[in-house]
Amino acid sequence: MNTYLQAGYGLRSWLLTTDHKRIALLYLVSITFFFFIGGGAATLIRLNLVVPDSGLISADSYNRAFTIHSVVMVWFFLIPSIPAVFGNFLLPLMIGARDLAFPRLNLLSWYLFMAGGTVALWGLIIGGVDTGWTFYTPFSTTYSNSHVVTVLTGVVIAGFSSILTGLNLVVTTHTLRAPGMVWMRLPLFVWAIYATALILILATPILAVTLILVAADRIGGLGLFDPRFGGDPLLFQHLFWFYSHPAVYIMVLPAMGVINELVTCFSRRRIFGYRFVAAATLGIASIGFLVWGHHMFVAGMSVYASFVFSILTFVVAVPSGVKVYNWTATLYKGRVQFKAPMLFGLGFIGLFVMGGVTGLFLASLAFDVHVTDTYFVVAHFHFIMVGGTVSAYMGALHFWWPKMTGRMYPERWGQASAVLIFAGFLLTFLPQYLLGWLGMPRRYWHYPPEFQVWNVLSSAGASVLALGYLLPLAYLLWSAFFGPPAPDNPWGAKGLEWTIPSPPPKENFVEIPHVDEPAYNYGEEDSHG
Amino acid sequence: MAMSGIAFWPVAASSYAAQIDWLFVALVVVTGAISVPAITALVWFAVKYREGNPADRRQPPQRKVWLEIGWTTVPFVLTLAVFVWAAALYRDHADLPAEGLEISVVAKQWMFKFQHPGGQRELDELHVPAGQNVKLLMTSQDVIHSLFLPALRIKQDVLPGRVTALWFKADRPGVYHLHCAEYCGTNHSLMGTRFVVMRPEEYQAWLTHAGEDTALAAEGGRLFREVGCSGCHENRNSPVRAPNLCGVFGSSVALADGRVVVADEAYIRDSILLPGRDIVAGFKNDMPNFTGKLTEAQVQALVAYVKSLALAGDEVGRVQLPPNGLAAGSVCRGAVR
Amino acid sequence: MAEDTAVAPSPAPLGMWVFLASEVMMFGGLFMALAVMRWRDAAAWKDGSRHLHLWLGTANTAILLVSSAVVALAVTAVRRGRRKEAAWELGIAAVLGLAFLIVKATEWGLEAREGLMLPQQPSLRLFFDFYYVATGLHALHLTVGVVLVAALGFLIRRNPGHAGAVELGGLYWHFVDVVWIFLYPILYLAASR
Repeated sequence: MNTYLQAGYGLRSWLLTTDHKRIALLYLVSITFFFFIGGGAATLIRLNLVVPDSGLISADSYNRAFTIHSVVMVWFFLIPSIPAVFGNFLLPLMIGARDLAFPRLNLLSWYLFMAGGTVALWGLIIGGVDTGWTFYTPFSTTYSNSHVVTVLTGVVIAGFSSILTGLNLVVTTHTLRAPGMVWMRLPLFVWAIYATALILILATPILAVTLILVAADRIGGLGLFDPRFGGDPLLFQHLFWFYSHPAVYIMVLPAMGVINELVTCFSRRRIFGYRFVAAATLGIASIGFLVWGHHMFVAGMSVYASFVFSILTFVVAVPSGVKVYNWTATLYKGRVQFKAPMLFGLGFIGLFVMGGVTGLFLASLAFDVHVTDTYFVVAHFHFIMVGGTVSAYMGALHFWWPKMTGRMYPERWGQASAVLIFAGFLLTFLPQYLLGWLGMPRRYWHYPPEFQVWNVLSSAGASVLALGYLLPLAYLLWSAFFGPPAPDNPWGAKGLEWTIPSPPPKENFVEIPHVDEPAYNYGEEDSHG
Repeated sequence: MAMSGIAFWPVAASSYAAQIDWLFVALVVVTGAISVPAITALVWFAVKYREGNPADRRQPPQRKVWLEIGWTTVPFVLTLAVFVWAAALYRDHADLPAEGLEISVVAKQWMFKFQHPGGQRELDELHVPAGQNVKLLMTSQDVIHSLFLPALRIKQDVLPGRVTALWFKADRPGVYHLHCAEYCGTNHSLMGTRFVVMRPEEYQAWLTHAGEDTALAAEGGRLFREVGCSGCHENRNSPVRAPNLCGVFGSSVALADGRVVVADEAYIRDSILLPGRDIVAGFKNDMPNFTGKLTEAQVQALVAYVKSLALAGDEVGRVQLPPNGLAAGSVCRGAVR
Repeated sequence: MAEDTAVAPSPAPLGMWVFLASEVMMFGGLFMALAVMRWRDAAAWKDGSRHLHLWLGTANTAILLVSSAVVALAVTAVRRGRRKEAAWELGIAAVLGLAFLIVKATEWGLEAREGLMLPQQPSLRLFFDFYYVATGLHALHLTVGVVLVAALGFLIRRNPGHAGAVELGGLYWHFVDVVWIFLYPILYLAASR
């Protein structure tokens, strides 16, 4: 039978495809490219920070390096990563559909993403931008001498790509589920993708209009955020964070969705507390819209506003934390296998917990006053986004690699990478909590000499981490061409995607399935040794 | 590559800072209580129930509502206790006390300017007396900055067009860090240097000395005119084009050979004694060489004067700070660099 | 393949509603900014509003309202199979949209001549900054709407298969109208004259 990979060869069959599986692979290749660009910038940063008064690169170059690192990693890697690669590939398969609701719109999304990325990269090539990914005014509107408008344009274009992808995923989930696939039978990955897609649709437009205001201000000299004309720099911050806080849930919810799939498959158990986990997913997405002010506790907001944002942040931590308990309980009386995807999944849980509890530290008002804008925050969000999301992404990549490519990757290499990444990550980012607590501010080109030891440890960890990410690039690529062929269900997992061949045929299912089982229907026979 | 020791724990220079340290400990304990058991269980289950290990796997539970409600509410209540404590500390510290030494602060790219009530001014360094409330009233001349005093565990963003405030009572004399904590451009990491807490009598002595610095700058201003510097540098009708020195100290200067340097004291000295070495971009090598024509004391006075031009009269949007009383007839009033 | 289309409703209407939800968020963000600016300095806002050409703005409001009614007629016509009538109505709506844009451009031209482009006076400055961005963004959306509606009018004459598209295009047109219905009072009716 013809697989989707064999349904047409040549560039045109890829660049004009409307097959959700091929579009997923297009995204996979492009975001991997952006990941290494962002990683290159990170390398420059950590090399510079080995010495307190480094002359490796100038202050201006350093500022551009951390800006492009964050802009690329957030908007051109993390935000699309799991939704655009795995959401695209798996959503129709998991719900028993032949494609997304709007296949051509899906292709348009990818082209918009590439267009935005090209414009942003162009901004980098012609000299870069030095405002930080947060583009605070009035620095970005009036004082920066860098290519702000170019990079902003790239981000806004990519934002439209996000919105259309979110639209596609939401409409698909509502309208294309196979007969019998009711909401409560959906894999929790689908719930996670759905919640993420809602945020993509509702939050990204705010970013678009906010960045348009900044661009208009810069081009026209408007002075929207300039106090001399009655403008308010804080207005920018409120608008920006209203999007950017939900954005972090765009980055973490899909990762949590992946963990549901990994933990159930490699414990051979149904998820403990399906309903709570589904409810928690929606809860995170909605409450996540109400906490943006916790980025602004020292910005000049009123004390009472700070109280409200602080307590709501404590509230939003609850559904996130609870999932960890559900995953742990899922291992209970299971049959646990330590395959590479599971190792990445377990790594996610450990690192996400550490990152998550430090979120509580940051939500605590008087404590935040000390550590905000320091390396404590940098450590916190890297624990969640890198220790968390990237680990889950790697877990997903390994788990569904056989399904997507029809090949098995070398298992020992996968396990080794998972361990290397976990160890390298801890060495890189644990010292940064201490640095923040000690008082090292973030975005610092030079720093006080007594912080050097911790910075050296962090940079050393970064080199281990880099190796950890380069290894999969090598062995996954190798396996795509030379790996042993994969069976339909190499993991013995439940889920509709595992009932079809690896790789799947272009139309996914010969016959649309009729679903009458709950999700993760691992029975007693699966969990007995 | 000298290392000045390794920092393991930030020094606490006030009783408020010590309270924050206790809050930190409480946070570690509470978050540990809600996470360590779960992670321990995770590892325990992964090991005990690993494939191939005989264990009782009969009837694995699917859901236990009371358990789920329990592990949702109990940790939340625990964390609420921390919320209340942290919010109370924040609230108590939010309002400025009625009594206290008021110091005004102007932040700009890339320095902090401090002015004590008696008119004494400092650049990038702040001297305060211990055991007394100190109130900082702050505004920015350009972008958003943030004043961060790690030893006191406090920071506050400094905004253009607004006055924000910070207050503290430091107990422990010593020299600590003073940082800008809101990214503000090229030399964000070079803004601010030392935060010096002094015993009250030492602070009084320092105030007097700072007053003398003011006198030195005034002497430098006199020399500036006598020796002829003002003929080019403060004279719009001069046939020789010379760089404007208002605010030059501490700023970035683009040189003719393409380099960009920060105008520190050494730069000012060299510009007087070796003017041909670092020519400012867009200017010619026209400045006379004063080597051998000035005594060391005179050079120091001139340098102090040029430094003081960075502190000269500022207008910050609608907010106006107390006018300077420095060099008579300061020509920098209203100048923006 | 027939079995799945028989079971599942067409996803296109849901898609359009979801898209409009995202547009609501975008303009919503802008409206929040306008609301905050107005709340912070009501006097300045009213002063700015007084400098707008109320009659031109009101005329534009009327034009858009009429055009929405015409689009609604077109949608009804399409439902009843009266494609030629629908095509005419869509054409008229497009022309009305064009008229709006011409009036808007005229207003901007007048404002430029009156020195209201980047006015130096702080109280006017912020109002006009936001006015240009808001009306500019709206005009951009309206332009897309004009092209869309004109294209639909053209297509529906030849091909009945585009009936669903007319409904969706109509939804978009109504949305653009609704945005203006909120913009108009915030910008033009703030000041008592």
